[in-house]
Amino acid sequence: MSGRVKWVTDIEKSVLVNNFEKRGWVQTSTDEEWNFYWMSVQTIRNVFSIESGYRLNDDQIVNHFPNHYELTRKDLMVKNIKRYRRELERDGSLLVEKDENGKHIHLDFIPVTFMLPGDYNLFVEEFRKNPTSTWIMKPCGKAQGKGIFLINKLSQIKKWSRDSKTTTFISPAGKEAYVISLYIDNPLLIGGKKFDLRLYVLVTSYRPLKCYMYRLGFCRFCTMKYTPSTSELDNMFVHLTNVSVQKHGGDYNPIHGGKWSVSNLRLYLESTQGKDVTDKLFDDIHWIVVHSLKAVAPVMINDRHCFECYGYDIIIDDKLKPWLIEVNASPSLSSTTANDRILKYNLINDTLNIVVPNSEIPDCKWNRCPPKEALGHYDFLYDEDLAQAEGVECEGRARIGPIVNKGSRLKDVRKPFSTWK
Amino acid sequence: MEGVAAEGDVEADGQELSATIAYVVKKLKSSQLHSELEREARTSLHKSEIRIDTLKEDLKVFLQKSGWEKKLQNAVYRELNVLPPPSHPSAPIEHIKEALAYMRRAQVYWEKRVLKSLNSMCTELNIPLAQKRSLDDQKELLNKWNEMGTDEPDLSQFRPVYAPKDFLEVLINLRNPNYDIGDQNGLCSNWGLINIPLPVKGLPELRELFAELGLNYGQLGIDDSIQIPTDLFESDHVRLGQKVLSEQDSAAAQQYIRQGCPTGLRADTWALILNISNQMEDSLYYDQLKSNVIQHDLLVDSLIYKDVKLTASNDDYYFVFEDYLYQVLLCFSRDTMVLDHFSYSSASPPRSYIRGKLGLEDYAVVYPPNGVIPFHGFAMYVAPLCFLYHEPSKLYQVFREMYVRYFFRLHSISSHPSGIVSLCLLFETLVQTYLPQLFYRLREIGAQPLRISFKWMVRAFSGYLATDQLLFLWDRILGYNSLEILAVLAAAVFAFRAENLMEATSLAAAEAVLADLSTLKVMPLLQLFLFATVP
Repeated sequence: MSGRVKWVTDIEKSVLVNNFEKRGWVQTSTDEEWNFYWMSVQTIRNVFSIESGYRLNDDQIVNHFPNHYELTRKDLMVKNIKRYRRELERDGSLLVEKDENGKHIHLDFIPVTFMLPGDYNLFVEEFRKNPTSTWIMKPCGKAQGKGIFLINKLSQIKKWSRDSKTTTFISPAGKEAYVISLYIDNPLLIGGKKFDLRLYVLVTSYRPLKCYMYRLGFCRFCTMKYTPSTSELDNMFVHLTNVSVQKHGGDYNPIHGGKWSVSNLRLYLESTQGKDVTDKLFDDIHWIVVHSLKAVAPVMINDRHCFECYGYDIIIDDKLKPWLIEVNASPSLSSTTANDRILKYNLINDTLNIVVPNSEIPDCKWNRCPPKEALGHYDFLYDEDLAQAEGVECEGRARIGPIVNKGSRLKDVRKPFSTWK
Repeated sequence: MEGVAAEGDVEADGQELSATIAYVVKKLKSSQLHSELEREARTSLHKSEIRIDTLKEDLKVFLQKSGWEKKLQNAVYRELNVLPPPSHPSAPIEHIKEALAYMRRAQVYWEKRVLKSLNSMCTELNIPLAQKRSLDDQKELLNKWNEMGTDEPDLSQFRPVYAPKDFLEVLINLRNPNYDIGDQNGLCSNWGLINIPLPVKGLPELRELFAELGLNYGQLGIDDSIQIPTDLFESDHVRLGQKVLSEQDSAAAQQYIRQGCPTGLRADTWALILNISNQMEDSLYYDQLKSNVIQHDLLVDSLIYKDVKLTASNDDYYFVFEDYLYQVLLCFSRDTMVLDHFSYSSASPPRSYIRGKLGLEDYAVVYPPNGVIPFHGFAMYVAPLCFLYHEPSKLYQVFREMYVRYFFRLHSISSHPSGIVSLCLLFETLVQTYLPQLFYRLREIGAQPLRISFKWMVRAFSGYLATDQLLFLWDRILGYNSLEILAVLAAAVFAFRAENLMEATSLAAAEAVLADLSTLKVMPLLQLFLFATVP
């Protein structure tokens, strides 16, 4: 039998509602029976909290994993990735190979990061090694560029030092936990402007890991020219690419919103730098996404009622190396431009097509193997089941020397859609 | 008799050839390459392999081996690409620019109108055409050279000197005084807006011209071909392209690109075809132009600024390159090398007079210095090139060469087959001949096809197609050294959307059907129209 899906949402966005209505689904309220709940991260916390004691039925699915914050909180993500490396190291995996400076060759994809106030002393040690570096301070639990600032002097963050004699540490501003990361001060510039990448990644299961990459990601451009000079440190428009920050800049253009499609980026890079380096960059990006997910997979509560669509923020430096900046659990569904509306409508549409097969009443025990036709603008990124079946899990072991390395790495990652399936 | 006629032809051919040779030699004599060759030849005399008794031969071999012969070849080829059509040896210069007197008159009239509009804006706003910047202003401009886009001067009073639709009105009114249009409603008459007789190609001739676009050829920009396996062709084509590039042969590159250029090789291939080497002298020249911009403030600067703000700055594909566009276009306006193209263009550079000396030839100056008054959308000629070249000096040279080879024809009145008038007529003839029902229908509802397609052609489709598709299209412009492909594509777009267009009941509705071309795939459309249309 195929009744109509009953949906609830606490995010009244037209891209969601339009998609539900298009499917003939019926809106209901949280007090009644529902099958599909698109909820905010605040709500998911309550739903899965011990107090609520809520139990989901087999025909109910939600758009978050209970402890998604293991990936989407900046401090926890960093912690998990560090742990992942340690574990691989213990297992003797060649993935954790390091170069002569002690840097990871394959897993060095997040800028050096510390927790404050916890890691203050470690940070000071690192800062002193390179006193001209610039660092970016971000509050752990905030999004959309709120509370972010840059520093290039220790004195600017004295109040986060644990052994600080002053009492400012207890002041309201200092209470919050921050992560401090090395600021990528050599970003790739296009047209002289800095940008970051927003990519959408869908996870339908963590164990085994099953994830998809959305083809219609975009670059977000700063409206101002990028100058690495420290005199501009206070001008957030230069450094932050979040649309919510850029919108307040004087030059914000409401027609394109500073957004440039990933296909534009690819065309530009391939035209100006060649196909090989461009392919490698995109391979590296896929690599980052998969390993960030693998890093959190062991700690993630792999609830079968859950799926999640993440917004990955990536910065590319001028050597075409991508850096993972952060992952968002609820990427913005508001639309700033006409194209944006189409993109987000499609994103939800394609997501629903995968997680609610045939638009029928969901069954959380479904096999999570959507047919190719159902993928829309998504591409398979990684499927642990298939990867294991085909025995390509040994990717790390195939790497021997630096020369072989390059080729085999490419072979493993280049065609995720054929070798990883 | 036959023999005599043939001999006469040979003689005429020979004459034409020697005239061509003389022309090219004259052009090259004043070029930088000429002095470089001379210098190279002179220094080679000290080499042991050059002997005095076989000097001529040894020199030839030396120039060949050291790659100078290739450079010379490419330079000759460049001149041949912009060679004016053969004319009678005693024909006056103006006939070389444009052979038809009524076309010449129309162009002169149009130029007067444009200049008048520019001048009246000057008077209205009380702004001089040109003035030297104060030292402070110079310093400021130099500082923000790379971020001119962040500047927001008040340009509300400036308006584009003209827009494509103003120009279309002029073309519609073109008449050949020696030609009787006859009964406008007759069966054989022209249903379109262009009412002058010019030779334009029919489908059979177009098929011959664009032979390499045929279904039996591999083609970049086609995702699936029945005849040719796509993957196989692509990898072969990339290898071939690398070989062409390593040979540094313009002519081979031009032939190669007819089947499309792989994205990763396009920047180099186009530069090779356009014979742009971006040497030290070229970037010094660019720096010189830049300092000219810094020193003087021109009225056209505001027009350029306004144009970029109105077009590229709002474009999903090109907004990123806003600052590059200012740099390139401002330098372009100062570049007197652009004036050379007026020797084969029907247009002539506008002239202005120093204050108080109106009409005195001695005080006439070309204004703007490059002789080109930008119109609404001009920036879109540069914008797609920003995807290929991130170095401003190279971007600049490629754009300038594209302009003096092709783009100038899209906004001047001439009878050249790549001129906008011929393109309009070609477009209308194709639609009338192969889509008669559609043409008739659109005409009935007051939606003349050319009213919709004109802007596409004037901008060479820039800003209408997705960039990857646009570059595939421009590949073919370079490959065939012709703009006729623009008219063919415009007709192909009408054919592709014919069904929806037939349902339109007004010009606005028809325009809506064709408002968004960004999803179109250029090569399949062209192939379909050229090779699958039943004549």
